[in-house]
Amino acid sequence: MSQTNTTVFKERGRFGTFIRLLWADKFAFFAALFLLVVVLCAIFGPIWLSDEATRQNLRGRNAPPFELSRGFLYILGADQLGRPLLPRIIVAAQNTMAVAAGAVVCSMIIGSSLGLVAGYSRSRWGGAIMRLGDVIMSFPSLLLAVIVLYMLEPSVANIVLVLAITRIPIYLRTTRAEVLEVRERMFISAARVMGTSDLRIVFRHILPVVMPTLITIATLDFAFVMLAESSLSFLGIGIQPPEITWGLMVSQGRPYLTNAWWLSFWPGLAIILTTLSLNLLSAWMRIALDPVQRWRLEMGGRKNG
Amino acid sequence: MAEHLLEVRNLSVDFHTAAGTVSAVRNVSWHLDRGETLAILGESGSGKSVSASTIMNLIDMPPGEITSGEVLFEGRDLLKMTDEQRRELNGCRIAMIFQDPLSHLNPVYTVGWQICEMMTVHDVSGDKAKARTLELLRRVGIPNPEAAMGKYPHEFSGGQRQRLMIAMALALKPDILIADEPTTALDVTVQAQVLALLEELQRETGMGLLLITHDLGVVAEIADRVVVMNRGEIVESGDAAEVYRNPRHPYTKRLIDAAPGKGEPREEEDRLGDPLLRVDRLQQHYGAFQALKGASFTVMPGETVAIVGESGSGKSTMARAILRLDEPSGGKVVWKGRDLLQMTPKELFAIRRDIQMVFQDPTQSLNPRMTVYQLISEAWVVHPDILPKARWKERVAELLVQVGLQPDMARRYPHQFSGGQRQRIAIARALALEPKLIICDEAVSALDVSIQAQVIELLDGLRRDLGLSYLFIAHDLPVVRDFADRVIVMKSGEIVEEGHVAQIFDAPRMPYTKALLAASLDPDPVVQEARREARKSEGLIPA
Repeated sequence: MSQTNTTVFKERGRFGTFIRLLWADKFAFFAALFLLVVVLCAIFGPIWLSDEATRQNLRGRNAPPFELSRGFLYILGADQLGRPLLPRIIVAAQNTMAVAAGAVVCSMIIGSSLGLVAGYSRSRWGGAIMRLGDVIMSFPSLLLAVIVLYMLEPSVANIVLVLAITRIPIYLRTTRAEVLEVRERMFISAARVMGTSDLRIVFRHILPVVMPTLITIATLDFAFVMLAESSLSFLGIGIQPPEITWGLMVSQGRPYLTNAWWLSFWPGLAIILTTLSLNLLSAWMRIALDPVQRWRLEMGGRKNG
Repeated sequence: MAEHLLEVRNLSVDFHTAAGTVSAVRNVSWHLDRGETLAILGESGSGKSVSASTIMNLIDMPPGEITSGEVLFEGRDLLKMTDEQRRELNGCRIAMIFQDPLSHLNPVYTVGWQICEMMTVHDVSGDKAKARTLELLRRVGIPNPEAAMGKYPHEFSGGQRQRLMIAMALALKPDILIADEPTTALDVTVQAQVLALLEELQRETGMGLLLITHDLGVVAEIADRVVVMNRGEIVESGDAAEVYRNPRHPYTKRLIDAAPGKGEPREEEDRLGDPLLRVDRLQQHYGAFQALKGASFTVMPGETVAIVGESGSGKSTMARAILRLDEPSGGKVVWKGRDLLQMTPKELFAIRRDIQMVFQDPTQSLNPRMTVYQLISEAWVVHPDILPKARWKERVAELLVQVGLQPDMARRYPHQFSGGQRQRIAIARALALEPKLIICDEAVSALDVSIQAQVIELLDGLRRDLGLSYLFIAHDLPVVRDFADRVIVMKSGEIVEEGHVAQIFDAPRMPYTKALLAASLDPDPVVQEARREARKSEGLIPA
């Protein structure tokens, strides 16, 4: 059985191996499926459903979920203006994903690049970068956001910018700490003896070792950024209605929590599921990308095959 | 049948891992009497530590499982006791010391506190414990014991820490002391002292000493009887001297043959012409500390120069300075007539090809996330002029064959190899750049004896075939005896003695070299006995 399996897998090539490793971890597999759905919603949702999502229906104010009398779009209920929740969540996926992914990716790239420099180079720049991180950390992030967004127009790009800046120190410090340790490892010395350039050492030898930690932090940060964005919206300086995000939907539903829990619950569930999926996927990725650990998935795959 | 102090009968232990069940030991039986030293000899993975871990209840279950056998301590089966009963025996009647004392001493408590605690958990009053601790510290030879009570583990040297562990183990006058590789992490002179201490203490207290080791020399030095293990089974047991002289099992024979330092030293050759490498008054300071105090020597083409010294002698500092991994504080490193230390990064880059290094621990010196192919071919990514990309695959296969591996191993990752194979990969990587000189920094000291012999043979073969020169750094004298042309002995950053290998071994001039030679352990118990006598009478090693 396993014999035939291995030959089949060989023919499938890289993509096949990827799918097989993903299938070996069922949680990660369904997490990936869910994220795929979220991404598709984010891309195509507003094109199809933006009319439905903004159409008010005052008769259906706070309509309860699981009633099909108003049509399938009202399956999750409706909000305080009678707008159906399901299409709203789907449409809001775009803004939410744009802000969260944008902020996380930006802060990760900037933070970890600075961290690599600060950790690897022994020059004065390392110290300067760390002090910069300290300055950002010691400044209340919400205050910074208020100031920046007061001066600039609250658009998606500006919110991404503000959130990214406040999250940079986390990546910066983690990366630097790990680089300081990895830099002293023997295989880095071995690479230097070979005459390997600093750039290659950093990107080929150090970054792959640090990457799993960064990805794990990034997935955790995803949820934080979504909620931070909603608190900005609450203060009136984030995304403004009629634009919608999941975080904004949660905070809009807050006054009605006692009599219409579904207003906050469904978008909240979307946030939780997305973060959870990202977490599961990152845990899987950590194992799948590490040659020393990969056998765990390969073993599981064989057992199931 | 007389009762033994400790007897292990038909012990089998399995470990259930994801890759299937592994039998760590199968049907192992041995016994230990009062006042006796039994050595369990084996290479890594032979299961030599498993039976000791079973005695101390240190096996994690699961994944471990004791499938059969019994462990009798004074006639009572330990395996049938409750955990509570075993805890009372552990530490009190049966004590254990480990290889790395630093990781077994808690860094946040003073050593005095830790030794006292050992006794107070077994219901000794505080005052009594303190007095006994002081007595113990004095007995194991810690200078100024009163002050030492209040010090922390990091304030002691490696040898002293092992003495502290011994003091802790002996606190409750155990009947059995289990020593798991007690001297492997120590320098040879310190090793001799610690072994002598163990022997003395055993004679005083009459305890049974169970010594787990991979080193034939340690067996020869201290053991009465020896049990040889291979792949979880006992292949041979008996009187230590008898087993050495008449090994019956082929594995034991192989192990004894592999022990280094028995071959004839290499003939002295006159090498004329310019030296390949000339190190001139090389210095390295770290703050006020002088790691290297102006060392000078040369390496001729095709020559193997060994640098021998104990830890802290500056031998690795020298290797790093020559390669400019650390910038030296002063001196010259002349490579084919040009000073490496004055070169611009660009010139240095070209020289990198010619001098390569093989590190001590291949587990750490190979990037775990790269395949063997990537590891070896990285040399050509960095130096694209050596080989066109089309030939990489072919050349990697060639190199793997050259170091004694299979070409199809190129797709695997380092963790899928054994320690010896990994070191071969590291050597193949060094060879990929077609160097003239390879610096081996303790390249074989992390390997098992039989693997060590194979790797040295490989290096020697490459020297003959490719005309390589080696700078071979080691802490162990016997290893370099069969391999080196010249030997440099270093101590605290200085070169103490330099000479042809035969001269260093047969007629050492300096006292330090003599002490090093006297402290190194010969696998032959008879030779070792004579050496020990000489050591005592000449007082070369102060206790």
